Amino acid sequence: MPNNEIRVVVTGLGVISPNAIGLPAFELALRQGKSGIRFLEELAEKNFACQIGGKPEVSDTLKEKYFSPVQVKMLRSESIIFGTLAGLEAWEHAGFKIPADKDTLPDWDTGCIMGTGQAAGEIIKRNLYLINEGNVRRLGSGAVDQGMISGVSAHLGGILGLGNQVTTNASACATGTEAILNGYERIRSGLARRMIVGSCESPDPFVWGGFDSMRVLTRKYNDQPEAGSRPMSASASGFVPGGGAGALVIESLETALERGAKIYGEILGGNINSGGQRGSGSMTAPNGEGVQRCIQGALDFCKISADEIDAISGHLTSTMADPQEITNWAKALKRKGKNFPYIHSLKSMIGHCLSAAGAIESVAALLQLEKGFFHASLNSEDIHPEIAQIVDADKIPQQLVTKTDFNIIAKSSFGFGDVNTCIIFKRWENN
Amino acid sequence: MEIAEITEKLRSIVRPYVDDKSLLENINGDTDLLKDLKINSAHLVDIILDAEEVFNIEIDDEAAEKMLTVKEAVRIIAERVNAKT
Repeated sequence: MPNNEIRVVVTGLGVISPNAIGLPAFELALRQGKSGIRFLEELAEKNFACQIGGKPEVSDTLKEKYFSPVQVKMLRSESIIFGTLAGLEAWEHAGFKIPADKDTLPDWDTGCIMGTGQAAGEIIKRNLYLINEGNVRRLGSGAVDQGMISGVSAHLGGILGLGNQVTTNASACATGTEAILNGYERIRSGLARRMIVGSCESPDPFVWGGFDSMRVLTRKYNDQPEAGSRPMSASASGFVPGGGAGALVIESLETALERGAKIYGEILGGNINSGGQRGSGSMTAPNGEGVQRCIQGALDFCKISADEIDAISGHLTSTMADPQEITNWAKALKRKGKNFPYIHSLKSMIGHCLSAAGAIESVAALLQLEKGFFHASLNSEDIHPEIAQIVDADKIPQQLVTKTDFNIIAKSSFGFGDVNTCIIFKRWENN
Repeated sequence: MEIAEITEKLRSIVRPYVDDKSLLENINGDTDLLKDLKINSAHLVDIILDAEEVFNIEIDDEAAEKMLTVKEAVRIIAERVNAKT
């Protein structure tokens, strides 16, 4: 990378995950391999075939700590609540204070890109009933500011007084990683010095229903919730739905050094593309060539070789697409067997948090790079035979791997619409 | 319904929309909901919806636009509550 290019580093992390609320609990959960998947009565009541999921429980105390009394009363959208809380945690983690009131000036140098997939079911449901009953006048103000997809960024931006670009991206299950790269590009182009990036999704039957109807959710583990999400396993039978949020504060290396911020990792860059829904690609399945080009493009952009990848945080959802994803990684990196990088899937603990997945998994990747560990990929003891032919079993950790000296983790996310994102994180060693 | 009772109920309706609770201490007839209590104007509609529910009345747009001070709000609510009984 030429010296005159702006480098972008990560200085803050925040997370609301089905297995942990907040960073310290999340690190512990990763180390312990703690599952956040449980039986959800509301799915059974609504006749879902899949009755398990990953649903974070945020306490009223936490909400009251970070939201004003008015917001506590008005906020019904879990995706907005989760996304805002993750963003605020990342902001404080980065060493900044949350303004106590609105008397401060806008922070013109800082913006936010918090992505999401669908508006929260609570909002949609209320709008639907009231409007259909002819009661539109009873909707009130929350119908708009929480119904709009950019609601999460609007709420976060308002609390912090962000004065740079405040927006929301959407690219299905690639949303979170895409948000990080979008923010990265904005800083790199010199248009912002700092961005809060990430994504959120409501853990909500209204978000999950379509997937249940498509039969892509597992329906075999209602009586063993923690065994349901089994990425890379021969007995994987569909994904387990989840929700939550992840957020990162990213900034130019210059501003981070200037203010003496602790740096958790560097974003070397990445790549975003689409397989065009051609070849093996469709609305719901990736074109393998597109995935391989996405990964190779990320390596080219970052000017690193495939051999420098120490570990992969896969998309790996616990569906029949897992072997295909591994094949694509092997082809793109030209590595297999014992030479294949370490690989795991956080979805084995928290299910597939859809639009929030890429951000939560990126928070995990950065924590692990900084702290030097690599979490277990749960429920993968019976490795899928096609995967076993490509990846040596030792590279899929059944237990926590401690004392790693991983330098580079590649994080990928793939989404409906045949969209792909691959991002490259590097450990920070004061260089 | 007595004016005092309506005022008390209105105070609890308004309360959640006021971030600085100390502003509620000196509330009187002339208190301006937006300026004195620093209520976000977007929430006036929410307060009116809450009042409709609590008092079981309907507040039309013309009346709603006048509900900017405590005195006016109480007057408009009292008119409708007492018209029903």
